[in-house]
Amino acid sequence: MTASPSTRIFGSGIRRREDPRLITGNARYTDDIKLPGTLHMVIVRSPVAHARIRSIDTSAAEAAPGVVAVYTGEDCSCGSVPCAWLIPDSNLLTPEHPALAKDRVRYVGDGVAIVLAEDRAQAQDAADRIHVDYEELPAVINPEEAAAAGAPQLHDDVPNNIAFTWIPNGDKDAVDAAFDAADVVVSERIVQQRLQPTAMEPRSALAQWNGATEELTLWYTTQNPHIHRLLISGMTGVAEHKVRVIAPEVGGGFGSKIPVYADEALTAWAAMQTGRPVKWTETRSENYVTTIHGRDHIEYVELAVNNDGKVAGIRGKVYAGLGAYLSTAGPGIPTILHGLMYSGAYTFPQIYCESIGVFTNTTPVDAYRGAGRPEATFLIERLMDKAAQAIQMDPVELRRINLIPPFIDGHDVAIGLTYDSGNYEAALDQALGMVNYDTFRSQQAKARDEGRYFGIGVTTYSEICGLGPSQVAGAVGFQGGLWESAIIRVSPSGKVQALIGTSPHGQGEETTFAQLIANELGFPVEDIEIVSGDTNRTPMGFGTYGSRTTPVTGAALVKAARKLREKGRLMAAHLLEASAEDIEYDDGKFFVRGAPDNAKTIQDVTLMTTLAWDLPEGMDPGFEESQFYDPPNFVYPFGTHIAIVEVDVESGEVKLLRYVAVDDCGPQINPTIVAGQIHGGIVQGIGQALCEGTIYDDEGQLLTGSMLDYAMPRADMFPWLELGHTETPSPHHPVGVKGVGETGTIASTPTVYNAVIDALAPLGVEQIDMPLSASRVWRAIQASNGG
Amino acid sequence: MWPKSFDYIRVNSVEEAITQLNKHEDAKLLAGGHSLLPAMKLRLAEPALLVDIAPLGLTQVSDRGHGWSIGAMATHAHIAANANGALAQAAAGIGDQQVRNFGTIGGNIAHADPASDPPAVLVALGAKIYIRGSGGERNVAAEDFFIDLFTTDLLSDEIITSIYIPRKEGHTNAYAKMAHPASRYALVGVAVDICTQEGHCREVRIGVTGATTHAVRASGAEAVLQGAEINDGNIAQACEAIQADIADQLLGDAAYPEDYRQAMAGVFLGRAIRAATA
Repeated sequence: MTASPSTRIFGSGIRRREDPRLITGNARYTDDIKLPGTLHMVIVRSPVAHARIRSIDTSAAEAAPGVVAVYTGEDCSCGSVPCAWLIPDSNLLTPEHPALAKDRVRYVGDGVAIVLAEDRAQAQDAADRIHVDYEELPAVINPEEAAAAGAPQLHDDVPNNIAFTWIPNGDKDAVDAAFDAADVVVSERIVQQRLQPTAMEPRSALAQWNGATEELTLWYTTQNPHIHRLLISGMTGVAEHKVRVIAPEVGGGFGSKIPVYADEALTAWAAMQTGRPVKWTETRSENYVTTIHGRDHIEYVELAVNNDGKVAGIRGKVYAGLGAYLSTAGPGIPTILHGLMYSGAYTFPQIYCESIGVFTNTTPVDAYRGAGRPEATFLIERLMDKAAQAIQMDPVELRRINLIPPFIDGHDVAIGLTYDSGNYEAALDQALGMVNYDTFRSQQAKARDEGRYFGIGVTTYSEICGLGPSQVAGAVGFQGGLWESAIIRVSPSGKVQALIGTSPHGQGEETTFAQLIANELGFPVEDIEIVSGDTNRTPMGFGTYGSRTTPVTGAALVKAARKLREKGRLMAAHLLEASAEDIEYDDGKFFVRGAPDNAKTIQDVTLMTTLAWDLPEGMDPGFEESQFYDPPNFVYPFGTHIAIVEVDVESGEVKLLRYVAVDDCGPQINPTIVAGQIHGGIVQGIGQALCEGTIYDDEGQLLTGSMLDYAMPRADMFPWLELGHTETPSPHHPVGVKGVGETGTIASTPTVYNAVIDALAPLGVEQIDMPLSASRVWRAIQASNGG
Repeated sequence: MWPKSFDYIRVNSVEEAITQLNKHEDAKLLAGGHSLLPAMKLRLAEPALLVDIAPLGLTQVSDRGHGWSIGAMATHAHIAANANGALAQAAAGIGDQQVRNFGTIGGNIAHADPASDPPAVLVALGAKIYIRGSGGERNVAAEDFFIDLFTTDLLSDEIITSIYIPRKEGHTNAYAKMAHPASRYALVGVAVDICTQEGHCREVRIGVTGATTHAVRASGAEAVLQGAEINDGNIAQACEAIQADIADQLLGDAAYPEDYRQAMAGVFLGRAIRAATA
């Protein structure tokens, strides 16, 4: 990594600057914004999972008090919802996804009509008076069943509901040969259950159309305002430069606010139709049926291992539920972001995977924190534990044997990626030391004699994030670049605005990016403001997701800051009447080498370049720089997570006793914020392991349709999370940092799962579908030799 | 989360409340509102009139010597802080602090959610529900009050005024609950009120909630324990018996099916007995 001139603020766990407004109720979210004359929109949604629409009677709604307009699919000219990840070489089919259903509904929640009224309650009352005559059709929920012959068909142009079959380059014969030659093959059928993202703030949109200037302004719960400007422009027909998308405070996304949805586009379209501002805010019940879900795989996976512990190969076949339509990035999640992770932290010599994307009568599925990579890590780690059991080797030892040895600048894995840097065993050793692994095993054996069941799970992971090189984005069919841009603008009084194209919404970059700039230029953090989330104020960017904001935008900011530092050095040389080569910089001061007392500060050079009374020859006025940055590679954070659990075999209740996480995201700009990201990720991943899971009935009704039934993880489920870290810089990032937004989610699910299975091993329990609710654990115990 | 429009009236006496209930067929009493209002926001309940009974008071928890009288409008938080034993434990485990600060015991039992905690405790403690209506005042034993899913003995023009819990010397009690991970309602909750002498059970009452369509008494399990020594073997027998007691009234869902809740009634009965006799 490039040595930084000042470490005074880089690496300091200063408090998040965004928190005071968030925790005192002074943050302004989309629904808080009020415009005079606003109409309120309610979307009438299908209560059935699959049906033909025979007729829609809107007359009673149109006559209801306060109603201004009612539209159905027949009279809606809003464009269809696009898919923006067209994975190549997969025979991808992209059936039309109308903004409002025209003749057929395909999931509970599919929009069939919109009502616009003077207030929200009137709009809801009128919506209840719309009568839709449905001719119900059979529904299919499970992706494996949906792909089978004879299943109900969702789209006339998609035979067998199969949207794509994706197989990355790989030599299937070589993989099969490796499996045939190996001593042992272990296999598992894994149900990666569907999850509901549940951001604290549901989605919301407020649209304002100016018919005279033909400008559309859209306040919007979005993780990627520039992408949404482009897509909303396409759906509404308003030229892109006349669309302004503003992300006010956004209360969490976890991937669910990346896609473009019909609902926000309809809000804009309705504003254009009526000439009045239109607001739509979903309820939690609506959020659960219409905002994307995550995961939903049925996987058949296998690992070939030799008796000496060397893994010979891994292969898998995945049925990925896509929901009723392709969401914006839907096809990319169970393919590119999943299959390319099959090597994990290991030297697997042979890798083969196949992903089959399948339509089902369910809410569309897209990126949810980790997006494809938690699923991959889960199957790898699950198979490693099974393999260890099969060859009677300690699971930690098996991992150690197969870990990629330390590397600082590139390591090629069989799936075709080049990892940037890693030192996996160091993280493993640190984590094992923290839990005192060897002692635990003897305590575990003793406890079993007393009828108590403790278990331990160990995950050694590496993941892919910091998305990513635009050339790769193009090669894998992502319909956008993945570069970022940033502008650092310094005003005459030495105050800094940094404008970025990504759109942080809780991750803490208002703090960490100020630290980066302070570190490079010596402005105090208090004088630096990070501006994001408004397409009219910020330069182009592709959005906040995939743990990319710090790896990509952060790099752009550092490079822009370094340009300014160089300009400052030239200006200081001019002011000090010295040669530029003789000017040194330290912590916001420029001075002639050996004479630090006679320094020009960064504020001095800001003022003098801005006044431009006397510039060095060839220098342009102003103290502002912009930087585009396309990363040369992804970044690959890694680490080891360990969980210790106790299972009550009478009730099936799982108690998490300890959780240790050693993560390596390179140098930490702000350890407090890193810890926060890791805490949140761990908790979210354990939610999947222990309590979260969407349940549909056979007719496609969502049974986990409210927070009374959908079990989010809660604080009282967790012990203190014990964090450690190692530091292996990324060789290609200007300050060596890697992303850390998803590592917790990627590592924690298999860690806790494997711990529970380890606890129940003496009873012969080998597999339980997630979530490991008390009920399911109890049932597995009943069916085992302990029941 | 937008209820149908409704009328609202605030009343200052029990008589006025009864008059309003008599006058309007679609009227509902509004106490803490923590069951009713969410149902209205989801449009599962659409009352035409809300009769707000906040001004009535009825919030006291008072020791009458021979027993305790709990006002129907006492909040869960107030009960958790001012009652003891199983009743306080159950109240402290309802929802979260905000819910406990608003939700009332009268509203809770009138709603008769099958997964609600207090009903099991009231059944076990032999509580009496005091009710007033057009026909005057009456009281009904808790075990007779809960009739079915969201169904009680309360008539449409009646209002619960208080709950009476008799003092029983030498008795101890406890409530053991497995909470639903999302709602924290009881998947199964078992309340035990027991009197032991020299290690033997002199008298016992057991109430169950969560696993059944409504709070019920587990008479079979009580019979096993009655007069028996409190030991692992007898507790195990009672745990078997309670599963038979509730076999005809089981409740379940996709995530926590009936057979699981039935088995857990046994497990949590064991825990409640041990806690009550510890």
